[in-house]
Amino acid sequence: MTTVDARPLVKQATLLRVENLRVAFGGDEVVKGISFTARPGQCLAIVGESGSGKSVTARTLVGLTGAGSSVTADRIDLAGTDLLHTSERAWRAVRGRRVGFVLQDALVSLDQLRRVGDEVSEPLRIHGWGGRAERADKAVELLGSVGVPEPAVRARQRPYELSGGLRQRALIASAIALDPPLLIADEPTTALDVTVQAQVLDLLAASKARGTSIILISHDLSVVARLADEVAVMRDGEIVEHGPAAQVLHEPRHDYTRMLLAAIPSEHTRGTRLSGPSTVERPRRTIDRGRPVLEARHLTKVFRGPDKVDRTVVDDVSFELFGGETLGIVGESGSGKTTTARIALALLAATSGEVLLHGEPWSALTTERRRPLRRQVGVVYQDPHSSFDPRWSVGRILTDALGTGDRPPRSKAEARERAVRLLEQVGLGATHLDAVPLRLSGGQRQRVAIARALAPEPKVVVCDEPVSALDVSIQAQVLDLLTDLQHELGVSYLFISHDLGVIHHVSDRILVMKDGRIVEHGTAADVFERPRHPYTRQLLTAVPRLGAS
Amino acid sequence: MTTIPLTTRPIRLPRPGTVVSLLVTGFVVVAALAPGLLTGDSPTAIDLTATLQAPSWQHPFGTDDAGRDLLVRVIYGARESLGLGLGATALAFAFAITLGFTAALAGGVVDAAITRVLEVAFAFPSLLLALLVIAVRGPSLATSIVAVGIGSAPGYARMIRGQVLAVRQAGFIEAATALGHGRLTVIRRHLFPNAMRPLVAVATLGVGQSIVWASALSFLGLGVAPPSSEWGALLDAGRLHITTSWWLEILPGVVIVLVALSVTSLGRTLQHRLGGAAR
Amino acid sequence: MSAVIRVVFKTVASLAVIVAAASVTFFAQLAVPGDRANTLMNLQTGQDKQWTAAELAPLNERFGFDDPVVVQYLDYLNGLLHGDLGTSYTQKRPVLEIIGGQLLPSLTLTGAALLVAWALALGITLVTVKRGRFLTGLGTTWEALTASLPHYWVGVVLLVVFAVQLRAFPIIGGTSAWGSVLPVLTLAIPLAGFLGQVTRDEFEQVLRQPFVTTARTRGMSDLGVRLRHVLRHAILPAVTLSGWALGALVSGAVIAENIFGRPGIGQVLVTAVNTRDLPTVSGIVLVVAAIYVIANLLVDLAYALIDPRLRTAVAP
Repeated sequence: MTTVDARPLVKQATLLRVENLRVAFGGDEVVKGISFTARPGQCLAIVGESGSGKSVTARTLVGLTGAGSSVTADRIDLAGTDLLHTSERAWRAVRGRRVGFVLQDALVSLDQLRRVGDEVSEPLRIHGWGGRAERADKAVELLGSVGVPEPAVRARQRPYELSGGLRQRALIASAIALDPPLLIADEPTTALDVTVQAQVLDLLAASKARGTSIILISHDLSVVARLADEVAVMRDGEIVEHGPAAQVLHEPRHDYTRMLLAAIPSEHTRGTRLSGPSTVERPRRTIDRGRPVLEARHLTKVFRGPDKVDRTVVDDVSFELFGGETLGIVGESGSGKTTTARIALALLAATSGEVLLHGEPWSALTTERRRPLRRQVGVVYQDPHSSFDPRWSVGRILTDALGTGDRPPRSKAEARERAVRLLEQVGLGATHLDAVPLRLSGGQRQRVAIARALAPEPKVVVCDEPVSALDVSIQAQVLDLLTDLQHELGVSYLFISHDLGVIHHVSDRILVMKDGRIVEHGTAADVFERPRHPYTRQLLTAVPRLGAS
Repeated sequence: MTTIPLTTRPIRLPRPGTVVSLLVTGFVVVAALAPGLLTGDSPTAIDLTATLQAPSWQHPFGTDDAGRDLLVRVIYGARESLGLGLGATALAFAFAITLGFTAALAGGVVDAAITRVLEVAFAFPSLLLALLVIAVRGPSLATSIVAVGIGSAPGYARMIRGQVLAVRQAGFIEAATALGHGRLTVIRRHLFPNAMRPLVAVATLGVGQSIVWASALSFLGLGVAPPSSEWGALLDAGRLHITTSWWLEILPGVVIVLVALSVTSLGRTLQHRLGGAAR
Repeated sequence: MSAVIRVVFKTVASLAVIVAAASVTFFAQLAVPGDRANTLMNLQTGQDKQWTAAELAPLNERFGFDDPVVVQYLDYLNGLLHGDLGTSYTQKRPVLEIIGGQLLPSLTLTGAALLVAWALALGITLVTVKRGRFLTGLGTTWEALTASLPHYWVGVVLLVVFAVQLRAFPIIGGTSAWGSVLPVLTLAIPLAGFLGQVTRDEFEQVLRQPFVTTARTRGMSDLGVRLRHVLRHAILPAVTLSGWALGALVSGAVIAENIFGRPGIGQVLVTAVNTRDLPTVSGIVLVVAAIYVIANLLVDLAYALIDPRLRTAVAP
């Protein structure tokens, strides 16, 4: 690329300059006049919740805004090249060579039918770099440089044979193949386990240290804290706050930024509300340390795979859950935490071991004998979308759930009245009775799911990743709601999550699971402040933090 | 004859078709129920002075070799053609729902056995299966219904089984179980209605397919015999004169295609409206 | 290793299906209402009456109708193993002999139609998928229309327009290349519409996948993305359906042969159904079923070549 800028080095340190960028789809403006710059060896983070316009902004920077969009700006300038009036042909010369782009890992972010090596070296081929053999070697070298073990073997495999972390590395290797001066990473760590997330962030940091300019798009302020020099917070298509990372993260000026920061659950937020203005400590509720409400004894679950190999998914797991208590189970994907939850719910039979409810048999009962007891154990799933019958209205869902309780409503009027009361308890109202869950927002749906779980007045609610699919501000509200309800009703929660911050925020006691085993258990303070198991320590160091505040 | 495997995607029509489809279907239903409302003439009125006449204002579809008005015959044929389509689809669905639900709900050996039976049924191209039925029973209206019904049942059965299995995986089934509902309650209130919902659309599509199918049998001279004015029989009768009187062959064909397209398009619209229950 | 086991397993399963299909055709012959020997005698003499046992004895003897069903069944299967499909009631010749010469023209017709259909479908899809309103609309309308056309009507229209009116092709074409054009098109046009729809749906869906965006961000051109990445994914469902499509094509071939007076099993089959010559009908149905099952087996195995995901032991 020969870009001889005639003007004498006005802003030498600026690689990309965007001024007053506006993007609209149809008549709908989703990016409303934002400006920012990217500098070599620096990282600009654009942070926002879903629908803030951050991803659209990222795609616009490589000319892939999408069909039906209109892009206007006063200026989009990449090292002297005007990207605002660029032909498709000229864009192709920019993409991959001057701007690298890393997508969120999904199984399908790489072409499933092609070899990883071919995918990694594709930008080389497109931009006419070297011969076929040379490119193959370079692909292996690139994979090695992003820390993929046995790169030569991996290059011959296909994307679905790699783990999520390795795939994300391959995506990065492909993006930096031609060593572009600008790297845009759109939620590069979102689907990854926390330890892998840390490694990928380190990789981007290494790239930054070599002088690459990075634009990091994320919904997660704590992820950003690890890498960003500058942070821009977006909401509804506008940048509401923009400044040096330290200032934005620790002395936020805008209310929205403050709200976002306050909403992040962590060790500092225990016993406080995440949403709303009050951050007043409130007394922990009393826990009845008598007989456990739910007790698991030596649960083991072995699955036989299609290849006839047995896999022990849950291995000798025991725990006790007391009245009014929240027991958190934390672990990465594949740790067996969800399987444990399903066994606790007696929806899945354990290979060995037993679950007791109020000291009486629960998992060992026959289906018929267990059914009348089911009302005492409620459940809230991660994906409320599929957990509602698509034909049923909210009112019908709640009435149905009320009918399974100890005191089923005696009349339609009573059922309706109690359904409305439940909705009000979870922050909704009578107006939602006739709504179909599919048409509600994610947060509202999860509230309905909680209302349904509480309808039969259970003693225990199993929460399986109940806030993982939600934006951080909504997550804060739902977590607060769960805590409020516990105060009010005295229910116990078995709370499953991959998110250490969430677990720390809500739990009284914590189990850390890895490969089906409980590697550490204790009070929240013990586990987080005095971890004994190396895996727990590893997890804790990997957790992205805002830094000392 | 095209037989679309209904397990995948049915025919897709552009939007404005819906209104036209409704009109065409409505017209055919009226013709089937009360043909006298649409024409005052008799389908069997022979006029030997006006044989094999090309379409004109007097005879929009022309006349056949006995001077009978082709349009009138097509109108009177609607009852048998539509009846064939509905009857065959009903029969196919009766088979398919029984097999599909039994397989999916019983699981284990029963499921394996039914799946094997379906696999064997799939080894026969549908038309050949239908022809085998006709060879055994001899051609007639009833045979055509049975032949087409049996020919299309395996496809539906497999689809229904898959549908039930998919719905069974859905989160709301587990949620209902966790609430303490019994297995039968869950099946009755959640599984059955959600699995059946998309079938309404598929059945509509099936009627269009069955009409085409049955007329193909008649076209080969193996379905309803010519004195009848069932649409396929009209085609069969017209083949004698194909070199001289094209309308006898083309126009009933146009009607069949139009009706099949309309019914299919309505099925498509329904499918869109109802949506898939699972996933 | 696992690939070999897979192939062996699938082959055995296919053979089992063929044997089961043979049982179906055998019991179909038993299912004819009335006494078989009596029906046969009526067929052969052109009369319609009740024959005496003595009169039927030679027939019973010859076809083994008096043997227990199990013995007849085993005889039938044993015959099949030795290539004996039974004897025609009407022609009194072995069924195999009757089918023999007719099989090749039918298979040629079917195979040619499949190729032409694929060429048409791919060509139209590649040109019209996501190419602006007009072209895309044209493509989808064409596919929607052709996919729902019955074979017999396509055949008749082609015959009337190109053979009768324009005289561009012979009315009765025989098996010559020129005479085969219309029958092949008769089969290929509806199938092309159908394959096109399936491929287009998949194509549009694949174009929305993240890896397409990934490829675009590397600087790949639109055409490059379509050819290098999307096409291979998009044809997968249509490839699976091609095995099934053979069945529809065989059905269509019966009709096309009938319309164009083309020699093949279609003609024989229709005549046999008309005269209720069950051994011939059963024989043809069984042979076609066997070919169909084997073709599907081959498609299934070929699928793994395009989709490497199926080669690994554990399905993703």
